[in-house]
Formats: sequence, structure tokens, C-alpha cells
Amino acid sequence: MTALSGVSLTIGERETVAIVGENGAGKTTLVRHINGLLKPTKGSVLVDGVDTRKTTTATLARKVGIAFQNPDHQLFSDSVENEVKFAMTNLGFAPEVVAQRVDWALKFFGLEDYRSSSPLVLSGGEKKRLTLACILAWDPEVVVLDEPTVGQDALQKEKLAQIFRLLQSTGKTIVIVSHDVEFLWPIQPRLVVMSGGRVVAEGQISSVMQDRGLLDRARVIQPQLLRLHSELRDRPPAPFLDVSEARAWVEGRDSRQERR
Amino acid sequence: MTINPRAAESKKTLATIEGLAFRYPDSKRRAVAGVDLEIGEGEIVLLAGPSGCGKSTLLRCINGLIPHMYPGEYSGSVTVGGLKVSSTPMSTLAQNVGLLFQNPENQIFMFSVERDVAFGLQNLSVPREEIRSRVDEAMKLLGISELAFRAPHELSDGQKQRAALAGVIAMRPKLIILDEPTSLLDPRTALEVVSLIEKLNRELGITFIVVEHRLELLVPIAHRLVVMDQGSKVMDGTPQEVLSDPRVEGYGIGVPAISRLYNALSKDGVGFSKVPETPEELARELNRA
Repeated sequence: MTALSGVSLTIGERETVAIVGENGAGKTTLVRHINGLLKPTKGSVLVDGVDTRKTTTATLARKVGIAFQNPDHQLFSDSVENEVKFAMTNLGFAPEVVAQRVDWALKFFGLEDYRSSSPLVLSGGEKKRLTLACILAWDPEVVVLDEPTVGQDALQKEKLAQIFRLLQSTGKTIVIVSHDVEFLWPIQPRLVVMSGGRVVAEGQISSVMQDRGLLDRARVIQPQLLRLHSELRDRPPAPFLDVSEARAWVEGRDSRQERR
Repeated sequence: MTINPRAAESKKTLATIEGLAFRYPDSKRRAVAGVDLEIGEGEIVLLAGPSGCGKSTLLRCINGLIPHMYPGEYSGSVTVGGLKVSSTPMSTLAQNVGLLFQNPENQIFMFSVERDVAFGLQNLSVPREEIRSRVDEAMKLLGISELAFRAPHELSDGQKQRAALAGVIAMRPKLIILDEPTSLLDPRTALEVVSLIEKLNRELGITFIVVEHRLELLVPIAHRLVVMDQGSKVMDGTPQEVLSDPRVEGYGIGVPAISRLYNALSKDGVGFSKVPETPEELARELNRA
């Protein structure tokens, strides 16, 4: 079976890219090429100019951190704390830096109480957050997150959105695979739509998401605010209603926040 | 998608939860701290609340995992279909209440889909012909008849989800509990699962309790939205009532964008004739306002 066929994609430095598409479209397979876990049987993948077939996964791992979709595939330490330490220790970070970053990551992701617990006793959502804590603690240049919102409640998703803004402001390159269109919309990433192992569209989320036929094929639905936008554009409400506020919402910026 | 008439009229009670409290050993606070809840026959109840609010514990109390499998401090009572959960064996409860886990891989494990769907019935020593017909019926209902001889690992996530649900349906429970049934699915497949819940509810009269963080998916079919926070039930009503109540945004349950916009506009004095459930409805309301 060919999981990917004829994929060409360029991701710029400091860019935020989201990959969407049906179950089995090849999204996870594609992102596993970014840190060399998988190497192409045809074609090539260059990360920061280096051909992944000509280097080791260990070398690529210094640049690229991946949080897998299924946290059970990457958690193996005897305690939550050691799990977070693992990559940093292997990358040769000074012990005091490691300690400081472990504290930060566990606190940020609300995992302090589990510091000495086995990762196996965590709930699904907590395991997921632990994988994110592990990646963000060692601060790679490229952050790849495969379905980070699965099992997360609204508060955790809001925290995740904060992390995205933080990562964006510190110039990280972010690749996120997600089905959660409502989560992606306010982040306004460049969107890559995959279907049947191919990239079928790419562009700003606000324009790509307009194409309902394309979304149908990739089994993606429009976010609520975009659906509202289309309706209002086709049938504008009576003029006495000031829709600028609604428009601002739809476009992902809250005008009231801007005024503040 | 058709919206069910609100099931309130002909409501017979299916489950009654009274003064329920539960504390896990080694835990200082009670995971469920005094919950009263009545669930009517044929209702689709959407259960929401932040992680750790007690949702999963409440579900375990309804299907009997608590107190039968989990030790802890239990008080109050839960009755489902006339059976008192704490004094009814799990095998009897399993015929009343079906549970679908978040990850279908945690519950499909046989060599073929068909064997898997039949598993629960075989354990109850249901006669062979009866198993045959119930399994066929369940697979047909979920549109997976052609997958009968496939191994679970050959299925897509959406197919696995449907296979697991077929196994639950074959038991013909009165109540099905779904714990984040769509979290692993692409949006279109997620909507298909939602339509399926609506269909099973409409055609077979099965009652559903669904935990889901992406409320916007379930709101169009749910009859009721119950919000939990810190072990207590804090809101309970139709999704329209709950989502248009200003208090709802304080519980961190991911109020859908449409509801937030509706609430903001209502506060600013825009008059609506009804609470919208979809973006299209909100647009129509804005045109009417």
C-alpha cells in the first residue's frame, strides 16, 4: 500500500501549518517524514536543507520535536518527571536547566501532582498533555503536533491555543495535524488539505475553507463562524443591525479585544 | 439532520440518580459530590464539564463499574431500568446499559468484526439463531455488513467505531453511554456517528448519554445538556436553555462559537425569536431580527 503519493510541500521557517483530511489520508505518515522516522521510498524530504535519507533520526531530533497522536507510543519512563527529562538529558542539557524546565512544563500543563507517578496511571487527556510537555520543555525549532486536542477539555484547548501564540511569537515552525476545525480557525494557520495520500489543496485557512466541494472530498467541515459568514455574505441582514462586530468575530478577531 | 421533538412529553423515567457521592481511595475530595439526576426514556443527554469534573465517575456509577469494580466511598443510589445498580450483578446490568469507550481499540479484540459483535451475546449464552439475527441486524444498522469477516486491525477508525457500537447495539441495551465517541474521527465521519445516534434513538428508542467536548457536534440532536463542575451538577436543561444562560461561559465547557456570538448580540440588545443551534439558523435569525 502506498500511504503517500506524489506529495510536494514546502513549509517555511516560522510558519504555522495545519494539515487536515479524512481518517487515513496520510497526514500522520507525512509528518513522520519531518523528523526522519519515516524516509521516502521515492522523492526526498529536506529539513533545513538536509536530506533526511542522508542523516540520522537522532540528528534530526535536535531540530524537530514530534508529539504523536497516540501518547502510548511515546511514553515509557517510570515517572512523569523522568519522561519530561528524557529528551533534555539525552541532548546534553545542564542539570539545573533540566530541573527548571521540568518545573515549568509540569506546572504549565497541570501535571505537577503526578510528578513521581508512572505515566501509565494518567488519563488519556493527561498523557496527551505530558507528550506536549516533553516536547515543549526542550524547545525544538520545529514543533510537530499530531492531534493535540484529542481528549482535551475547553480549558486545556484554550491553554494549547496560548501555547501556539507563544510558539508563534518565539519564531518556531509549527506543524499541527488536527480534525478540530473549531480549534484551528482562530489560529489561522496555512492549511494543507490531504486526501487519499495526496495534498489536494493548500493556502490560508480562510480561503481554502471556502471550497465546500473540496472539503467534502477530504471529509472536513467548515468551522461554525465561516458557515455563518457565508450565510451573511449571501443574505446580508437588515442595515439597522451593525454587523461589523459579527464580521470581526467571523474573521477571527474580536473587535472589542482590539479596542482594549 | 432532523431535530427530535423534545422528548419531555411522554417521558417515563429510565434512570434515577439520588444523592450520589463517590470518593476514590487515596483521594481527598469526592469525585462526585451529591448528584441528583433523572433520565427519561428516549432522551439524548449531552454531558459536559471540564476534565476532572466527575463526568467519567458518574458514568461508571450508571453502568455499575462503580461500586462493583472500583473500591471507594459510595453513597446515594442509582437505579437504571428499575434495577438498583449497587445490588445488581454486572452481567445483568450489561443488558440494560452499554458503554462505548473513547478509543474503540479498547473494546474490539476478536479475529473478525462479526465475532466481535457477537461476543457479548455469546457470553450471555443467547441461543445461536438469536445471536445470528441480532448480529446481522446490528451490522446492517451500522452499515458494516460487508466488513463482517475483516479483522479489526484492517478497519479505519470510523469503521472501528461503528464495529464497537454494533457490539453494544446487539446487546439491545435501553441505555447507551458514549464517552467522546468522535474524538478520533474526521469531521465528516464524526457527523455520521452523530446521525447514527439520532437514528438509533429515533428508530429503536435507545436512550443515550454522550460525553463530548466538541459540543457543536451534538447540540443539534441532544434533548438535554447537563453541565458538571467539581463533582456537582451545575446546569441542566435543553441545549438552547443552557447555552443561552450567561453562566455557561464560566464553566469552561467550550461553548460553541455560535452560542457565544448569540449571547454577545443578545446582551447588546439584538432581539431574537429563538435560540439558534446552527450557524445557518443564527444567520436566519439575524435576518429576522
